Amino acid sequence: MNRTKPGGWAQALPFLLPSALGLLVFSLLPLGASLLLSLTTWDGLSVLTSDVVRDTWVGLGNFGAVLGGAEFWRVLSNTFYFIVLYVPLILGSALAVSMLLNVRRAGVGVFRVLSYIPVLTSWVAGALIWKWILSPEYGLINDLLGMAGVQGPGWLLDRTWAMPGIVLTSLWKDAGYFALILLGGLQGISPSFYESAELDGAGPWVKFTRITLPLLSPILFLVVTITLINSFQLFPQIMIMTTREGMAPGEPLGATQVMVERIYTYAFKYYRMGLASAWAWLLFAVISLFTLLQFRLQKKWVSYDA
Amino acid sequence: MNGNRIKNALAVGLALVAGGLFAQAPVTISYMNFSGAGDMSPNLTKMKEAFEKRNPGIKVNIETFAYADYFTQLQTRAAAGKLSDAFELNYENFVAYAKRGALLDLASVGADTKGLAPKAVEAFAYAGKQYGLPESFSTVLLFYNQALFDRAKVGYPNSDWTWKDVQAAAEKIRALDKTIYGIYQPVQFWEFYKLVKQNGGSLVSADNKKFTVNSPANVATLTNIVERYTKSNVSPTSAQMGGVGDWDLFKSGRLGMIVTGIWAFNEFIRDCDFPWDVAVEPGNTARATHFFSNGIVVSKTAKNAKAAAAWAQFMASSNEAANIRLDASWELPAVTSPEIMAKYTKAPVPASRWAVYESLNYLVTPVVIDQNQEMVDILNQQLTAAKEGTKTPAQALSDAQKDLASKIKL
Repeated sequence: MNRTKPGGWAQALPFLLPSALGLLVFSLLPLGASLLLSLTTWDGLSVLTSDVVRDTWVGLGNFGAVLGGAEFWRVLSNTFYFIVLYVPLILGSALAVSMLLNVRRAGVGVFRVLSYIPVLTSWVAGALIWKWILSPEYGLINDLLGMAGVQGPGWLLDRTWAMPGIVLTSLWKDAGYFALILLGGLQGISPSFYESAELDGAGPWVKFTRITLPLLSPILFLVVTITLINSFQLFPQIMIMTTREGMAPGEPLGATQVMVERIYTYAFKYYRMGLASAWAWLLFAVISLFTLLQFRLQKKWVSYDA
Repeated sequence: MNGNRIKNALAVGLALVAGGLFAQAPVTISYMNFSGAGDMSPNLTKMKEAFEKRNPGIKVNIETFAYADYFTQLQTRAAAGKLSDAFELNYENFVAYAKRGALLDLASVGADTKGLAPKAVEAFAYAGKQYGLPESFSTVLLFYNQALFDRAKVGYPNSDWTWKDVQAAAEKIRALDKTIYGIYQPVQFWEFYKLVKQNGGSLVSADNKKFTVNSPANVATLTNIVERYTKSNVSPTSAQMGGVGDWDLFKSGRLGMIVTGIWAFNEFIRDCDFPWDVAVEPGNTARATHFFSNGIVVSKTAKNAKAAAAWAQFMASSNEAANIRLDASWELPAVTSPEIMAKYTKAPVPASRWAVYESLNYLVTPVVIDQNQEMVDILNQQLTAAKEGTKTPAQALSDAQKDLASKIKL
């Protein structure tokens, strides 16, 4: 009997090397470097040598400065404001779109393509269009609200409404992507479940809540995890829509300042790479905490029985 | 014997060819800049060609980045120890690089500041050393729409005007139509540092050791400019602007006055279909005008420091570069040559172009510190709060003072 003997590491290494090298150079080394930098006050301008690290060493000083200041908590609350609005709305809209895409009717293919176009649009182009759509005086949304007799808000110029404006833009951009993931989940549900339920006299609502949602819950869990991580990493929308050259970033009055924007600003505008690295590790801690929490909570609502 | 002769002849020939080759092998220097981006790119190429013609042994390899990307590029290269031989810095960012020892003292390679505007030369010196040469500078003027002034029956601005005259004119122009505004002057750091000087105030103490942002004179200054938006509404609020740019508002003929930089000349000449002119910006208790400048510096680690310094010198003080700059209306060359100044003021529009040179008599430089952008952002945030009416000017400046004192080292 001719059996292929596993070659072990020596045989696997050439195949692993390209990816492993990429991981090492572009992820692991920068991760380690940023951890080291977070313990210094390096400015990001001088050439980084062991002498520079020694001279700028502050230990946990940067973490103390960030956690002890009001800015971190204000920025975190801005991020939560985004999450509270964005996560339920993106889940609802993506689920609605995916159910429409799942209908087997003529022309649904066109609808599937159309719903995915925003995902393919660049953030810069999309955000610029939404800046116009949200313009208080000349924007499409306030025009429509005006026709209905409602005075529209100042959107990106208003401290309360700027973040909802960013949420609307993000919904438009992301719904198609998450709808596609959910569509995969929907198409994995066997029609026999619905047929049996119909024989038992179940209506659309019962089928949705008793069959679709439980069987889709593993995919929904994935979507919740991704949207939450994406929410903490909110950035391009802020830089394009509420940051103007020459003004403080995250307008108005810092209402749209978020974690990644702060990291960028401290690192590349204020030349405080050490402090920016501390912000980055705190962001990592926050994301890890919430992801862990989700994994714990999933036992209560995610069903893997199907 | 013959063989030896041939060998010798060959050796001499080879030596001559090699010597000739090496003598003529040009030195290539790298130059990174932002001001040559977009429309100005052909003018920068003309300068490079003129320089290379004058210095056949030196080639310039130009790298241009948009302003928004430039400083991130520069920072990354500085951190990697791979700065270009020569590069452009604006006055606001100059200190950060000079202080960190990234720049070469240009006096050590024979740079000459003769014939350059002293204020601009001073701007690129740090700790007694000349780390940069100013290539251009610019200022801000009061631009006004003569047609709207005529309609409102108001006399044109002149050198005696003060804030009161500006306000009176702005109110009359605002009264013409609900879509017409009197004046636009942004409420932000780069205006405010100068406005406080126009009112006898300052953002820092005389010894530059502490912030004096919330002094009574500064509160009065901010109140004056904020009330243009919140009280008399001679200036359009953000909602009234509705995303339209300030220059576009002026070009559309709906703005009586705008305080903006002389870099607007080309665009206004091209796009305004009404008569307009400029005046030195009026002050209150004193006159104070803007100073912006771009300079060329040489990296301390430049391989060809002398050649890079020669390029900086050419860009700053040569007549060729100055003329190309003037022909393109690309800011103002930093040279003080009478011919260059005469050429600049000779252009027909705007008629009072001499105001550019007059305003140079009142130049005030902004505070430039190590944590410059952070300071600017803190102030901008509070100034916007006052402009939007969420804080009183006194409260906004008091909060700015507290924030600056706790975060910024002077």
